[in-house]
Amino acid sequence: MNEAAYTAQDLMVAVASREIRDGDLVFVGMRLPILAYAAALETHAPNARGLFEVGLLRDRPADSFLGTMGDPPNVAGSLWATRMSNAMALLAQGRVDLGFIGGAEVDRFGNLNTSYVGDPAKPKVKLPGSGGGADIAILSRRWVTLMNHERRRLVDRVDFITSPGHGDGTPGWRERHGLLGGGPVAIITTLCVFRFPEGGGEAYVATVHAGHSVEEVRDQTGWPVTLAAQVEETAPPTEAELSAIRSRL
Amino acid sequence: MADAIARFVPDGSRVAMGTALEPLIPFAAGHEMIRQQRRDLELVGPISDALFDQLIGAGCVRRVTAAWVGNVSEGLGHCYRRACEQEVPHALEVHDHSNFSISLALWAAAWNVPSLPTRTLLGSDILRTNPNLSVGFGLVHVEAVRPDVAVIHAQRCDAMGRVHVWGPLGITEEAGLAAERVIVTCEELVDASVTLSDPNRILLPETKVVAVVHEPGGAHPSPVQGYFKRDHAFYRDFAEQSRTAEGFAAWLQRWVLDLPDRATYLSAAGVEQVRIRHHRYSAPADYGDE
Repeated sequence: MNEAAYTAQDLMVAVASREIRDGDLVFVGMRLPILAYAAALETHAPNARGLFEVGLLRDRPADSFLGTMGDPPNVAGSLWATRMSNAMALLAQGRVDLGFIGGAEVDRFGNLNTSYVGDPAKPKVKLPGSGGGADIAILSRRWVTLMNHERRRLVDRVDFITSPGHGDGTPGWRERHGLLGGGPVAIITTLCVFRFPEGGGEAYVATVHAGHSVEEVRDQTGWPVTLAAQVEETAPPTEAELSAIRSRL
Repeated sequence: MADAIARFVPDGSRVAMGTALEPLIPFAAGHEMIRQQRRDLELVGPISDALFDQLIGAGCVRRVTAAWVGNVSEGLGHCYRRACEQEVPHALEVHDHSNFSISLALWAAAWNVPSLPTRTLLGSDILRTNPNLSVGFGLVHVEAVRPDVAVIHAQRCDAMGRVHVWGPLGITEEAGLAAERVIVTCEELVDASVTLSDPNRILLPETKVVAVVHEPGGAHPSPVQGYFKRDHAFYRDFAEQSRTAEGFAAWLQRWVLDLPDRATYLSAAGVEQVRIRHHRYSAPADYGDE
C-alpha cells in the first residue's frame, strides 16, 4: 500500500484499534475512539463491548453518525440503557479493560489537563472540565489518549492534573496514591506513538509515523523526549483496518 | 412554564438540570429562567451541553457545580470561559467534579448522609479546587449536594407527576431523589392509565413532583429518544455566535428574549427537520397479577 493511501487520522485510529483486545469492555467516548472501536470489531476483536458513561452498553457502533454518545442511534440497539452510576459501578470494580480519554494538554508522565490553563483562581483559559475523564483515568485498567502533536499540547508538566496518568513519574506513583487502574499505556499523536515503562514513569517514543522523523517529534514536544531502544516506523493501517474505518466515515 | 419557574425557581436556587447528559436537556425551562431574569442560581449537573453556558452568559448564575461545561459536539463553552477568565458578565464560582463524583454527591443527598466515599479523583487536582471533596482513610469523601429543584424533561408524564423516561438516564434518578422538589417538562401529557400501565418506567415518586409542564420540543436542540434527533447545526450555530459577548447577546435576543413562546421558537428553529419519524416500540410488559 502506498503512503498516500491513508491519512494521519486513519493511522491514529488503526493504532488505537489495536489497543482493543478481543473480549475487552471499553469505555469508548466519541469521535476517533468510536472509529477505533468499529475497526477493532471488524478485524481482531469481534467480541469487544463498548460502555458509555451516559448509561449505555453496546456490542457494535451505532448505525448512523453520532454528534454525542446520547444521540438516539446510539440508544437504539443497545444492550443496556441505564443510569450513569451503573456504568461507574463496572468502572469502580476494575471491570473496564480499556478507556479512551481526550485532553487539551498531556505531559511527559501522561497526566491530562482538561480544566485550567494558568492559575485555577484566575485562569488564562477555562477548559470544560473532567466529564468522565478523571474517572476513566483513575479506575480503568489501562487507557489511551489521542492528540494532535503540537508543542502547546504536549507539555513538560500540565498546569492542572484533571485526569492523572503517572503523576510525578516516580515508579509506583499510582499504587502509592491508591489509584486502582494501571494508567496510560499510550499517547497516540499525529506524528508518533509514545508508550510508558511497566509500572509507570515517563513517556518514550516507541514508533514514528511514516513521513515523519524523530527530529520533528523532538521539535514539536515540550520536553526532551526519550526514545525506545529501537524506534521503528508505526505499522501502517492494513487493508482490513482501512476498509473498516472508511465504511464508518 | 412561566408559572412553574416563577413559583419554584426563585433567585438563589440550587438547580439541577441536564441530568441525562446529552439527551433530554430542559432548554425551554432554562430559557424561561433567562426571560424572568433569575439571578444567583447555582447550577448542578454532570456534563452540560450548552444550556449552562447560556444561563451563565445571561448573568443568571453565581456558582456551577458540575463535571463539564461546554458544547459537546463543538468544544469550549465561550460564555463559561468569559465568566471564569474575565468575569463577564460577572464572576463565577466553580465547584469542579467528575461525572462519578457529582453522581455520588447527589446520591449522598438522596440517602441523607453527609458524604459518600469513593476511589475516584484520587490523584486529581480537582481535590485541590473543590472544597466539598476531602481525602481520608485512603478514599475521597464527596459531600452531599442537595438541589432545591431538579428540572427534568421527559417523553411523557401524567397530571399527577408520574413521569416516564427511557433511554440512558445519566444522573437523573439521584438528582430527582436528592432535590427538594422536581419540575417535569414533557413531550406528551398522558392519562394516568398510560403511566400506571408500566410502573417500572416511572422515574421518581410522584410526591417529589411539584409541577408538570406540557412542553413539546422543550428539549430542543438536545435529542429525545423517539421524538427528536439532536440538532447538531443549532449547536454549531450557537458555538459560532457565542464566541464574542456581542454575538452571544444577539443570539440570546433572537432565540430567547424576542420570542413570545416555545411554539414560535420551534417553528423558527425548523424543528421538523429533526423530528424522529421511524419508531421502534418496545414489547409490552405483562403486569398480570392473578
